Amino acid sequence: MQELGKAETNSTRIIRQDDKRVIIEKDLDTEYMVLSMGPQHPSTHGVLRLECITDGEVVVEAEPYLGYLHRCFEKHCENVDYPGIVPYTDRMDYLAGINSELAFCITVEKLLDIEIPRRVEFIRVITAELNRIASHLVAIGTYAIDLGAFTPFLFCFRDREHILSLLEWISGARMLYNYIWIGGLAYDVPADFKKRVAEFVTYFRPKAVELFKLLTENEIFVKRTYDIGIMPADVAINYGWSGPMLRGSGVRWDLRRNDPYSIYPELDFNVPVPDGKFSVVGDCLSRHLVRALEMEESLRIIEQSLDKMPDVAGFDSRALIPKKIRPKAGEVYGRAENPRGELGYYIVSDGKSTKPLRCKARSSCFVNLSAMKDLSKGQLIPDLVAIIGSIDIVLGEVDR
Amino acid sequence: MEEAGNLVSPAVRESKAAWDIIRERFGDAVSEFDANPTMPFFEVLDVDKWIDIALFMRDNSRMKFNYMTCLSGVDYPDEGRLGIVCNLESIGHFTHRIAVKVKCQRDGGSIPSVSCVWHTANWHEREAYDMYGMVFEGHPDLRRILCPEDWTGFPLRKDYQVQETYHGIKVPY
Repeated sequence: MQELGKAETNSTRIIRQDDKRVIIEKDLDTEYMVLSMGPQHPSTHGVLRLECITDGEVVVEAEPYLGYLHRCFEKHCENVDYPGIVPYTDRMDYLAGINSELAFCITVEKLLDIEIPRRVEFIRVITAELNRIASHLVAIGTYAIDLGAFTPFLFCFRDREHILSLLEWISGARMLYNYIWIGGLAYDVPADFKKRVAEFVTYFRPKAVELFKLLTENEIFVKRTYDIGIMPADVAINYGWSGPMLRGSGVRWDLRRNDPYSIYPELDFNVPVPDGKFSVVGDCLSRHLVRALEMEESLRIIEQSLDKMPDVAGFDSRALIPKKIRPKAGEVYGRAENPRGELGYYIVSDGKSTKPLRCKARSSCFVNLSAMKDLSKGQLIPDLVAIIGSIDIVLGEVDR
Repeated sequence: MEEAGNLVSPAVRESKAAWDIIRERFGDAVSEFDANPTMPFFEVLDVDKWIDIALFMRDNSRMKFNYMTCLSGVDYPDEGRLGIVCNLESIGHFTHRIAVKVKCQRDGGSIPSVSCVWHTANWHEREAYDMYGMVFEGHPDLRRILCPEDWTGFPLRKDYQVQETYHGIKVPY
């Protein structure tokens, strides 16, 4: 405990006011106290440390400290060949490995300027969307556990297990896949692929509805998230938010639509944004709703892709992979829509080496988390937990 | 696509149009436009004008670059300089995107901070400082972000030598 002097409060102040309750403190001037939350706090979802200056139960300022999981991704990239970077990208956002690989591979392919077989594109999209659902399930499950609801967590992990075993069956690994390669795929999918994925879609659709009801119609959950941590759209844009965070603030911005890659332009899906009927646009509940609704859209994408995916007898998914990946001199910024937002790579190639001169990862959580200081001002400590949970950070990607 | 021999994609043409507006206003403070297909960019030659250019790009009604996607630090050992690359785009107004490069001297060089223009730049500039060691003038809170605060050296510089020990722990493995 550290003394920081008297809080500059008036003798009466309203901590929080909504339609049901008003908390008023009278003559309760307290001294500021520094509260270090994390790096081993369960609600920080990893090794994030928040240094909160608190005035009683109210957070005056919360400063995030990062780097506990820094593994020098960008330094490693300068020392390995392009295909060797792919496994590193898995370990950034370890809940959505396929999505991270996809973003990296399409960036290098942009620089190489090569054609990708249509079948490969469809397999990439299907696995990426499966991984997106798995990632959202973890986000929703852990968010519920942060707010005291234990059951949804078990439901989420039960369903996520189906996806992980599907992906294990396809790629050989449960979380760190190294499946999408530059120019192709590590393996073609097994023979029963379409059947088993279709089975999963049929199985999961009612479960998603059940999960939606379990949380978003739960009064305690809604009370904990409604009208908490509001981020207006223009501020969110200025902070560089992306993904469900930005959409939660009412901005219809999805890279699958706005900067399309792969075969997304051919697919029909919605970009859900909150309409303000059920939540306040930009609050924690809106961000949760966007994630919950996105899973249904992912299912639609998977179904359409399964229909359209061409069957090729004796398909070799590695046939078009260049023997030596040495892009021409130049620089590129490529990106893809990850479950957590925009994952971008800035790559500089000198045209001579098989290693990049510079490879920067623009991590979505890193940028989303940077608004934490502003979001946390004047919140109660339990609400701070709700806000961190709604940002849905993966520290592997924040720290790289 | 235009006629054969002059294949410039619509995206690059849009970036070029944005650059034209900046060139008209700032003249020689910005370099020629580099119309490569993967990441069209221009460079800010007069570093002191960088904040003015950034504000102009954000607020001009024909550009509205209200979204900073990424800011990356880069080392240019051959030129003896460090630099940043900013990827900018416009959400809700236009579809154009452009990249801007700003460079400074390798030793003791500084670049004006644009974290007041785009909040995104705040942490990204801290990261660039952490990895490359250029100073961002006017940054509200320029500290290391990913490395520990008492780390020596700037890891992503091309001539970086890792320290032997850190608090008694052997560093190179």
